[in-house]
Amino acid sequence: MSESNEKKIRVVHYINQFFAGIGGEEKADCEPLSKQEAMGPGMALKAKLAPEAEVVGTVICGDGYYGEHTNDARERCLSLIKAFEPDVVVAGPAFAAGRYGFACGDIASSVTERLGVPALTAMYEENPGVALYAKKTYILPCGDNARGVAEAAGRMAAFAKKLVAGEVKGPARVEGYFPRGVRKNFVHEQPGGERAVEMLLSRLRGEAFRTEYEMPVFNKIPPAPALKDLKNATIALVCSGGIVPMGNPDRIRVSSAESFGIYDISGVSDLTPDKYESIHGGYERAFANRDPDVILPLDVMRAFEKQGVFGKLHDKFYSTTGTGTAVSFAEQFGREIGEELKQSGVDAVILTST
Amino acid sequence: MRLELRKVRIRDVRWGDVTKVEGGTLFIDKKEAIAVVAEETRFAHVDLELARPGESVRIIPVKDAIEPRVKIGDDGAPTGYFPGFCAPMDRAGEGCTLVLDGAAVVTCGPIVAFQEGFIDMQGPGAVYTPFSATQNVILIVEPIDGLDPHAYERILREAGLKLAVHIAARCAENGVPEADELTVYEKGTAHEEGKKFPDLPKVVYVCMNITQGLLHDTYLYGSDIRPALPTLVHPNEVLDGAMVSGNCVSACDKNTTWHHVHNPIVASLYARHGTEINFLGVIPTQESTIMDGKLRAARMNLSIALELGAQGAIISEEGYGNPDSDLCLNAKYFEQAGIRTVVVSDEAAGTDGASQGLADTTPEMIAFVSTGNVNEMLEVPAMARVIGCPEAIANLSGGSDESLRPDGSMFVEMQSITASTTEIGYSRVGCEWV
Repeated sequence: MSESNEKKIRVVHYINQFFAGIGGEEKADCEPLSKQEAMGPGMALKAKLAPEAEVVGTVICGDGYYGEHTNDARERCLSLIKAFEPDVVVAGPAFAAGRYGFACGDIASSVTERLGVPALTAMYEENPGVALYAKKTYILPCGDNARGVAEAAGRMAAFAKKLVAGEVKGPARVEGYFPRGVRKNFVHEQPGGERAVEMLLSRLRGEAFRTEYEMPVFNKIPPAPALKDLKNATIALVCSGGIVPMGNPDRIRVSSAESFGIYDISGVSDLTPDKYESIHGGYERAFANRDPDVILPLDVMRAFEKQGVFGKLHDKFYSTTGTGTAVSFAEQFGREIGEELKQSGVDAVILTST
Repeated sequence: MRLELRKVRIRDVRWGDVTKVEGGTLFIDKKEAIAVVAEETRFAHVDLELARPGESVRIIPVKDAIEPRVKIGDDGAPTGYFPGFCAPMDRAGEGCTLVLDGAAVVTCGPIVAFQEGFIDMQGPGAVYTPFSATQNVILIVEPIDGLDPHAYERILREAGLKLAVHIAARCAENGVPEADELTVYEKGTAHEEGKKFPDLPKVVYVCMNITQGLLHDTYLYGSDIRPALPTLVHPNEVLDGAMVSGNCVSACDKNTTWHHVHNPIVASLYARHGTEINFLGVIPTQESTIMDGKLRAARMNLSIALELGAQGAIISEEGYGNPDSDLCLNAKYFEQAGIRTVVVSDEAAGTDGASQGLADTTPEMIAFVSTGNVNEMLEVPAMARVIGCPEAIANLSGGSDESLRPDGSMFVEMQSITASTTEIGYSRVGCEWV
């Protein structure tokens, strides 16, 4: 087979001043430069990439320079990388070096985001670069020092080739990279019921087992202090029960909502079924559509307002459908509605759910 | 307690002059079957359709699926099924049951407009539902004007059960072929088995059910579980029609009536009974909408487990969101009492998969089996024939106004597919990190 007829995969390698042999900490302010050859850990990489892929260039930047002049360093490195017309970019491995990990993570994620070129890096699991960039790029695990360079190069080379071929399709634990924070459906060999029984048997035998979902940690928000003066307070109504003006003008989804609506109720004292409805996809709406006040109690609030129980009802209500709604959207709605209520001088809010 | 399932394999379904099984084909006397359902006078319209695996057919909106089964008496005559519904009140799980294995009655028709699902008999959507692999008899009904939704849910639920039992009973009466497979489930009481297998770890299965009222209900021996208390049943009872779905909830993770008799957790625990574990029984329990209800159910589940001496438990959820709290309470109480648990649940991680998958969490829930992200998007092509109403997708959980395109194809969330993420772990789908 004639190798020269085969188009080889073009790999650009990013490394720091130390691995480029320029110098240690005293040369950490080294500005971006490039070489048309593999060097340092790139030699091991080159060997593992052959024969179908080759290192066409090395881009180097001092870790200090990258950390202190990040925007400038990133722009200059990106144009040096782009000049080599890479099919894939490999950064590091950064092992346990924090500043190098930051630079590798930043370069790898920027290459994909800005140049549309697949990229990867490798670092030790405790490198702060993992927490910073795992969601933005592929980070492969490696040892905490340069003794692990040969093994890391082998893994990076294999992954780079797979990435270019579009064959990185399995779960992170199988493909061998730090999870990017995304849950994806896969078809297992065994049905869930069987996997559950197997997992229980492992637990009963005192053996190791692998949970399929590590418990997320909730973002706990401390409640605001209690109202001191209800008589003069402005109160708003916010609901996740899907009450909207008839016809759902903002096209809020019946489930898995990605938006909320804001509706003017100045002068309205009762939510009548000819003007308001529930579009919620998670409960039986017959009663809500007979009297929307059962979900958003405007009638009662107006009566209390009239009696002077509290100062004033805010002249808008905020509504969405809370069923199958992603927590990330719920957090976003909460922040946006909260901000607006604060700016409008609202003192308290009644949240109704279903 | 000994249950014998006489499984007659169904490989095709067709209309015929007589309802019977012949050469692996289930023949349905359409007129007779419609007449059986139409005895209920609150249906304005009753129709039946057939759908077979591999056909270009979409069924929408689907409420429930039921396997045609009937109890066979000592004289060989069918006696009914689903005690409390289509059989006199008696204990399920004993004796002989005829199973038309590979067939399903699928109920279809507008209920509350958004809590049903769809089934594709071929294509990418078919992968995610067991009912793309069954020979389906689809019951399509419309209620009389002005019928209250709760009354409508009830008559449609009962009509599905009645039709499934009718089909199996007529097959039994019309010379059903010999069973292709005999499955026997036999186990003594928890006390007897404990004496037989004193050294095996004792395991219970806590089967959580949506019991939220307003068309979100599950039935045990014909009784609504919602206002009841957690109880203990022999596994045979679950595998033999004691539990019935009355749920109009997100299609992906409701346990259809078909699923209850095929509960894979029950079957998997049973398969290891006497060798690796002592399977004590099943605790069907509630998912209440009020805090006291959640606390009471979780405490009572634990009481039953402790009274039986359980050392391990599997807990399966039904639904997502609010019941995540019940799941957490169950896991927490069991683990704190020293009972090792594994929970089975799906996740609502958003269409991009980047959101937290559960509405509630607890650090005790350390052993989790995932049955998939209900929000993951799926492209499904148009089908040549649609049974039901294709526009219903706009209102199904997991669908939206823009889901159905003019060419009949759809872009939808997994949760709109019937039984795509069932949390009794029937499917092989599960979430992983990427």
